[in-house]
Amino acid sequence: MTSDNLSVDALLDNMGLQLKSLLEQRQISNPLIVGIRTGGVWLAERLQQQLALQEPIGILDISFYRDDFTKKGLNPSVQPSQLQGDTEGRHIILVDDVIMSGRTVRAALNELFDFGRPASVILVTLLDLQRRELPVQADVVGATLVLGPNQIVKLSGPQPLELTIRQRT
Amino acid sequence: MFEHNDPNRIQLNSNGQLRHFLTTEGLSRELLTEILDTADSFVDMGAKQIKKVPLLRGRTVVNLFFEASTRTLSTFELAAKRLSADVLNLNISTSSTSKGETLKDTLMTLEAMHSDMFVVRHADSGAAHFIASQVTPHVAVINAGDGRHAHPTQAMLDMLTIRRHKGSFEPLTFAIVGDILHSRVARSQIHALRTLGASEIRVIAPKTLLPRHIEAMGVKVFTDMRQGLKDVDVIMMLRLQKERMTSALLPSESEFYKLYGMTTEKLAYARPDAVVMHPGPINRGVEIESAIADGPRSLILDQVTNGIAVRMAVMSMAMSGQMVEKQLQQSAPAAN
Repeated sequence: MTSDNLSVDALLDNMGLQLKSLLEQRQISNPLIVGIRTGGVWLAERLQQQLALQEPIGILDISFYRDDFTKKGLNPSVQPSQLQGDTEGRHIILVDDVIMSGRTVRAALNELFDFGRPASVILVTLLDLQRRELPVQADVVGATLVLGPNQIVKLSGPQPLELTIRQRT
Repeated sequence: MFEHNDPNRIQLNSNGQLRHFLTTEGLSRELLTEILDTADSFVDMGAKQIKKVPLLRGRTVVNLFFEASTRTLSTFELAAKRLSADVLNLNISTSSTSKGETLKDTLMTLEAMHSDMFVVRHADSGAAHFIASQVTPHVAVINAGDGRHAHPTQAMLDMLTIRRHKGSFEPLTFAIVGDILHSRVARSQIHALRTLGASEIRVIAPKTLLPRHIEAMGVKVFTDMRQGLKDVDVIMMLRLQKERMTSALLPSESEFYKLYGMTTEKLAYARPDAVVMHPGPINRGVEIESAIADGPRSLILDQVTNGIAVRMAVMSMAMSGQMVEKQLQQSAPAAN
């Protein structure tokens, strides 16, 4: 895939359809959407509108759960996670902008379980960069993208949501 | 007495991040705000079923209390446990040093147990700074109160409580009331309030409980409580140590209460939305009237809750600063 066809709106439309189908298949009627800060939150808001869900989205900041604290230290701009209401026994849709190593998702799952034991978790991600270090797979993926060794992809938003690929500095 | 000059040379790493927390003096507004922001995230952790995060998992925190303090020790212990650390509480006043072991020997013994952080409370000013200068690199030291010098986590939990209730510091007038002379809390509060941009800081105390040249810290001095409280937004009461009563610094508890105790009548001089704080434990009927301590304008219990969050914030930030420093040293080219 190239940067020419990285239209977030088109990818989101497709993800919304995939997600709706998956929810029907699993007979889930009242899921709670949770976005991982920051890009995942923007995408979760859009998916919440597409699925016409009334409940406010949940927000996870996984800074306190990262496994690289011993290497990189604490994120200086950590903000509180916000999950209103009970997550115990709920079907959760966990949304992030990019899945690469799988470590962010692992941290998010750890934090999510500290709020209560969910009935299930569906993982949704805009892009899969396919550089997995942990056995974590997304259920719904907007697109897969293979980056060069010095390239990074960034989602900017929330209005408009745009993807850019640039060289690492 | 220990030396405690130039605290930031030792308490910050080469990136300007916290690696020990010894004093609020000289820290930048950005760093104090980062402590408050991080603490805010920990306050909201109360919404979780499991009120723990794995940040200090596998780390060992030693609470080294050379001076007794149930409340501070408990909140540091709880903060460390909520960060998933292993915690060892040592009341040194009743153990090693009383058997003749030197402080340095005690530290070396504890380091040999692979401790990662010392939380230090000591009756001598500068003790935490001294320990920070002696410990092995990458062991963090947090000052939990040293002599008359500093009690930075108490000051920061007060700042967090004020920010959560008032939103900001700039437009507010503050009054610190009571035993300013012996108070490490007051010193740390004044440094933090000035850095965070408080509009006006007043100290209110009898002359016998005011340090000489306190005005040099940028505060206005009042010996009359009613004048000092006029139109203030935040009143920070200090604990009066009963032993001061017997050392001729004060005539009596009842006389102190009459002149400097926080009563409903005196509170009326402050702004109608003024709030009252106290670091605890409170002496009811000496520093503060029960109706105020338990009333709607008291933030005393919020201070306790916020104390755990602030201690979690500084412990995780100091550990983080130590680890970043270690990375920097490992990546630096070796000197020939």
